[in-house]
Amino acid sequence: MQLEKFNYDNKIVKLFLIATIGWGVIGMIVGLFAACELIWPGLNLTSWLSFGRIRPLHTNAVIFAFVGNAIFAGVYYSLQRLLKTRMFSDKLSKINFWGWQLIIVSAVLTLPFGYTTGKEYAELEWPIDIAITLMWVVFGWNMMATIVKRRVKHIYVAIWFYIATFVTVAVLHIVNSFEFPVDFLKSYSWYAGVQDALVQWWYGHNAVAFFLTTPFLGLMYYFVPKAANRPVYSYRLSIIHFWSLIFIYIWAGPHHLLYSSLPDWAQTLGIVFSIMLIFPSWGGMLNGLLTLRGVWDKVRDDAVLKFMVVAITCYGMATFEGPILSLKSINAISHFTDWTVAHVHVGGLGWNGMMVFGMAYYLVPKMWRTKLYSKTLANAHFWIATLGIVLWVIPMYWAGFMQGQMWKQVAADGTLVNGAFVETVTYMKPYFMVRALGGFLFIVGSLVMVYNLIKTAKQGNFLANEAAEAPALVNPKQGHKGEHWHSWIERRPIKFMVFALVAILIGGAIEIVPTMMVGSNVEKIASVEPYTPLELEGRDIYIREGCYNCHSQWVRPFRDEVIRYGEYSKGGEFVYDHPFQWGSKRTGPDLHRSGKGNKEMNKSESWHYKHMLDPSLTSPGSIMPAYPWLKDELDVSKTADKISVMRSLGVPYPDGYEDRAVEDLRAQAHEVYLKVIEDQDIQTAEENMEMIALIAYLERLGSDIHKGKVETEEVETDSTEVITEEIPEVIDSLNIQD
Amino acid sequence: MLSYIKGHMTSIEGIEIFPLISFSIFFAFFIGLIWYVIRVDKDKINEIKNIPLENENTDI
Repeated sequence: MQLEKFNYDNKIVKLFLIATIGWGVIGMIVGLFAACELIWPGLNLTSWLSFGRIRPLHTNAVIFAFVGNAIFAGVYYSLQRLLKTRMFSDKLSKINFWGWQLIIVSAVLTLPFGYTTGKEYAELEWPIDIAITLMWVVFGWNMMATIVKRRVKHIYVAIWFYIATFVTVAVLHIVNSFEFPVDFLKSYSWYAGVQDALVQWWYGHNAVAFFLTTPFLGLMYYFVPKAANRPVYSYRLSIIHFWSLIFIYIWAGPHHLLYSSLPDWAQTLGIVFSIMLIFPSWGGMLNGLLTLRGVWDKVRDDAVLKFMVVAITCYGMATFEGPILSLKSINAISHFTDWTVAHVHVGGLGWNGMMVFGMAYYLVPKMWRTKLYSKTLANAHFWIATLGIVLWVIPMYWAGFMQGQMWKQVAADGTLVNGAFVETVTYMKPYFMVRALGGFLFIVGSLVMVYNLIKTAKQGNFLANEAAEAPALVNPKQGHKGEHWHSWIERRPIKFMVFALVAILIGGAIEIVPTMMVGSNVEKIASVEPYTPLELEGRDIYIREGCYNCHSQWVRPFRDEVIRYGEYSKGGEFVYDHPFQWGSKRTGPDLHRSGKGNKEMNKSESWHYKHMLDPSLTSPGSIMPAYPWLKDELDVSKTADKISVMRSLGVPYPDGYEDRAVEDLRAQAHEVYLKVIEDQDIQTAEENMEMIALIAYLERLGSDIHKGKVETEEVETDSTEVITEEIPEVIDSLNIQD
Repeated sequence: MLSYIKGHMTSIEGIEIFPLISFSIFFAFFIGLIWYVIRVDKDKINEIKNIPLENENTDI
């Protein structure tokens, strides 16, 4: 058979690899800085360096810049070789590269400056969302067209994972990013409250699944056999692994919302599928590790394999822990604490980080046609990074567990043992310090790698176009008699993509569609009304400052939370929240009941004023940043537009209300201002400050359920009854606190 | 748009059966898949699993 000559494009792989490592180091340094801010709040030097804005920058940088570029580097390298063809179009490859870097740069230029949608891991504003969609289509188009023009009959399992990544991330990103623009850099989520939460965590969970997991499993199925020079342990297992993983993963999102106002059936569905998920995850992990059977001695010498073994082991740990954390009794303690953060970093530092390092140590010597500059340095990197992970996660596991327990301790007289939230924060400080040290070591390790790889590249000679030859594939779709339908589909990439799409759409649709449509899933509360213009502006400041990164707005129906925060949150209270702000972590206390009428959490206007300017003054030991820039003048030029956008989203502002909105805003600001200056010490307040709007919002939060109720003795008894009815049931099911 | 979808969904007669049908399809799919991986030809599996290890042109 005639051999065809062609070249593999290494240049695009080189570009993506450099971007991966460059952005990776930057993203990690930003993370370290955020970690240090929790130890020394004085580091919140300016608005754009404050924790609430820096933390989203860290998460977006490591997810989309570090891992994102690594996916492209790995896919562009392995895809060409697995299919024995060059990428379909060099131009598309280049557009994919530069477009993606432009997206990252625009994230750097918007997030620290407060331009955010306020939805975790999807913070980028709408024009950037559109750019992401376009770049993703470019990537998918280039990949699918390359598969179509392949010279290999069968599509290897790694590529199935790439295809599933492409279709699912597209669906997730588009569905979660429906938003209504107010202006070029401000929009409101199309969904509200419970529905927004469900869509967001369906997205958030599956971003972990299909951005941080499936593409890396594909890379594992290519690079581990390459580095070990042995085929994968079981190709049969990989087939089962693929279909079961993509089918089950998509259902598990609601485990991020246990004990919330999400309907119970959806929570249970999330838990059941999370438990089932252990099987495909461990199937994949074992398949990766067992590939090394008989060649474990190589792991001792080969840095690439060392990194990959730790990566796969961390994957196994994280995917075992995930289902465990989704059990309601465990989740009751772990949720909102640093336990979850530790869990995420076993995945992020261990699985993604170590896999990327292994891949980099493999690719640079190959593409620069030389040997690794220093094995000793690579080994040093391995041990420094591993120690870094250990120092990062163990203190956080311990601290998270302790913090969860400390929140829950109730004394015999029915009061909280740690009544002041800040006591549990002070307890965390030494652990935060060890965590930061772990993160620092991980970065030091990465810098050792950067040096080693630069030296390797310098001693070698980069091969931009790698010559190869293979026979042309005459009829890729031709099968043999009596073959199974799966063999049939393995040769048809487009149909394969459609199958994968159907598999993931079913789980998503069953969760999301009924919650959207069945009215009874979100109870209606008659007294809940839309925010006033001033409160809406205050809410936008809350979103801008990223308050949701540390404060939840979701009181769970537990005895300790009801004692600490007040009545537990109801789904009907969030119907006008575009976007929802439930949060996922309590570095500070929950704020849902900070509004008037909630005797547990409500503070005066003047308290908030002093607190924002110097948190340690009102709460000694607090690690919250100070917000002096909230004394700036409130911009009301967009208030009318915001009202009309909200109305388009279904918030019942009366027709023409936008014309009166600013007038109402001023009147309410004046009232809030008068309350603030009741405190004689406050000399600096003015009624047009941003601070006034934020205080108005905080004083409104979770207060609607008290409207018309608090005055009458009878109704108050009613609400207590609800609590006593619900709580023992919850405590019974936990068997933990008592 | 939602009420548009909702109206159409609720107007479908016997929509309750849809989840059962989808479950059956998926159950059958996975049974078929397991059947396939048990029955599949060993030589072919070996051929496919060796794809990543085939010809490397760069010699170090």
